[in-house]
Amino acid sequence: MPLKQVFTKEEIERSITRISHEIIENNKGVKGLVIIGIRTRGYILAERIAKVINNLYGAKLDVGALDITFYRDDLSAISEQPVIHNTEIDFDIENKNIVLVDDVLYTGRTIRCALDALIDFGRPGTIQLAVLIDRGHRELPIRADYVGKNIPTSQKELVQVKFQEIDNEDSVTIVAEGENGPE
Amino acid sequence: MTKKKRALWAHKDLLGLEYLSKEDIELLLDTAESFREILGRKIKKVPALRGKTVVNLFYEPSTRTRVSFEVAAKRLSADVINIAVESSSVKKGETLNDTGRNIEALKADIIVVRHNCSGAANMLARNVNISVINAGDGWHEHPTQALLDMFTLRKKTGRLEGLNVSIVGDIAHSRVARSNIWGLTKFGAKVTVCAPKILIPPGIERMGVKVTDNIDEALSEADAINVLRMQFERDDMKAFPSQLEYFKSFGITEERLKKAKKDIIVMHPGPINRGVEISSEVADGGNSVILEQVTNGIAVRMAVLFWVSQARDKGTSIP
Repeated sequence: MPLKQVFTKEEIERSITRISHEIIENNKGVKGLVIIGIRTRGYILAERIAKVINNLYGAKLDVGALDITFYRDDLSAISEQPVIHNTEIDFDIENKNIVLVDDVLYTGRTIRCALDALIDFGRPGTIQLAVLIDRGHRELPIRADYVGKNIPTSQKELVQVKFQEIDNEDSVTIVAEGENGPE
Repeated sequence: MTKKKRALWAHKDLLGLEYLSKEDIELLLDTAESFREILGRKIKKVPALRGKTVVNLFYEPSTRTRVSFEVAAKRLSADVINIAVESSSVKKGETLNDTGRNIEALKADIIVVRHNCSGAANMLARNVNISVINAGDGWHEHPTQALLDMFTLRKKTGRLEGLNVSIVGDIAHSRVARSNIWGLTKFGAKVTVCAPKILIPPGIERMGVKVTDNIDEALSEADAINVLRMQFERDDMKAFPSQLEYFKSFGITEERLKKAKKDIIVMHPGPINRGVEISSEVADGGNSVILEQVTNGIAVRMAVLFWVSQARDKGTSIP
C-alpha cells in the first residue's frame, strides 16, 4: 500500500499550539471552557490541547472523553462489530463552552452522533468543533471551528492519524485504497 | 491506554452461560460497564436499539427481572411489549412455539422469555429466527442474574479469578446457582455450594464446585456469599419443617458473619425473606450489595440486549 506522509510530528505540535491559541482568542479566555474528545484519538488530542492551554494560561481545564458507539445510526449496517469504550465526563456541562475534539473530520456523521450524545448530558452554552485534519466529503451540514490542516483526499483513500500515546509515533499519513474504513 | 482485545460476538440468543466462552462473558461485562456509566447520567437513555421491538414473554410471575429487562430495553430506546401469560392466548391452549412464531410475525426483534420448564428458551430459540433471551427456565439457567452477580463481584473486587464464592440455599431447584457456577468457574473462581443435603443435587461436584452442608464452613474462606431464597412455596420435598428451623441452621446472621472475612460481600438475587435465609441486619448492613445488584442488573441486561441485536443475521449457535 503506498503511503504518503502529510503531517509530521513538528507540524502536529504546531497545529495543536495554534488551535489552542485560537480557542482562547475565540472564547476570550478560559472561563467556562471545557474540552471533550471523541474516543479514541480525539480524546488524546483533547488532552494535548488542554495541556497547552493550561500551560499558557495557568488554567485547569476539565477534559472529558466521549464514546459515541451507542449513538451511531449505522450499527446494523457496519460489517465489523463496534469497539465500546467508556464515556468519562465527570463535570457539569450546563452552560459551558464545549470544544469538541476529533482527529479527522470526514462525513460529519461521527460529529452528529457526538452532538446527540453531548446534549444528553445537559444544555451547553456553545459547542465548538476542533479537528486535526479536515479531509472533506461532508454528508451533513457540519463544519469545524478549528482545523489543524485541510487535506484534500479522494474517498478511496484512508487518513491515518497516529499519536505517540497509543501508536508510538506522531504522524498523519494517507493510505491509498484503504481496505479498512476510518475508525 | 492499550487497545482492548476484541472478542467477536456471534450469538443470536442468550440461553445460558454454559454456552458462552470466557471471552463472550468478558465482552458482556465490559459493555455493561459502559452502560453503568449511562445510568448515572441525567438523561439515562441512548439510541442504540431505536426502532427495535423487545417482547417480554413471562410464563412465571416475576417483577424484578421483567421490570429490569423493560427498563434496560427502554434505556436503549427500544419499544417494549409485555405479554402477561395469564391474559393471553396461552390460556386458550397456544403452544410456546406458536406464541413465539406469532411474536416473530409481529416483526419483533427480541423475545425475553421466562418459563417454568427447563430448556424452554432453547426450544424457542430453535423455532424462531429472532433473538431469544432466557430470563429463567425451570431449574436450568438464569444467565442474566449470574452475569449481574459476576458484574457486581468484579466491580467490588476488581477480579473474578481465584475469588472464593459460596452459594447458600436451595441449590437443587436453583437456576441462579447453576448459571453462577457455569460463569464463575469459567473465570477460575472457586465456588462452594452450601445447603441441607436433601437440597444438593447429586453429582453437582462434577460442575467443579465444593459441596458442604455446614454454613460456617461455607463462610469461613468466602470472599463473597450469594444467598438464595428458600422457595418454600415450591418445596414439595418438605426439606425443612419450618422457616424458623431453616433460619437457625442456614440463615445468614451478623453472628455468623463475625466468623467470616471482614469485607465479605453479601449478595442475594431477591426477593429477600427477612428472618428466613438472611437477617435484616445483614440484608441492610455494610457488607450487603443487594440493591447495587438491582442497578447493575439493568446495565448487564442492556449489554445483553445490545449484543444479541448486533449478532442478528450473523449466524447462530444454538445448542
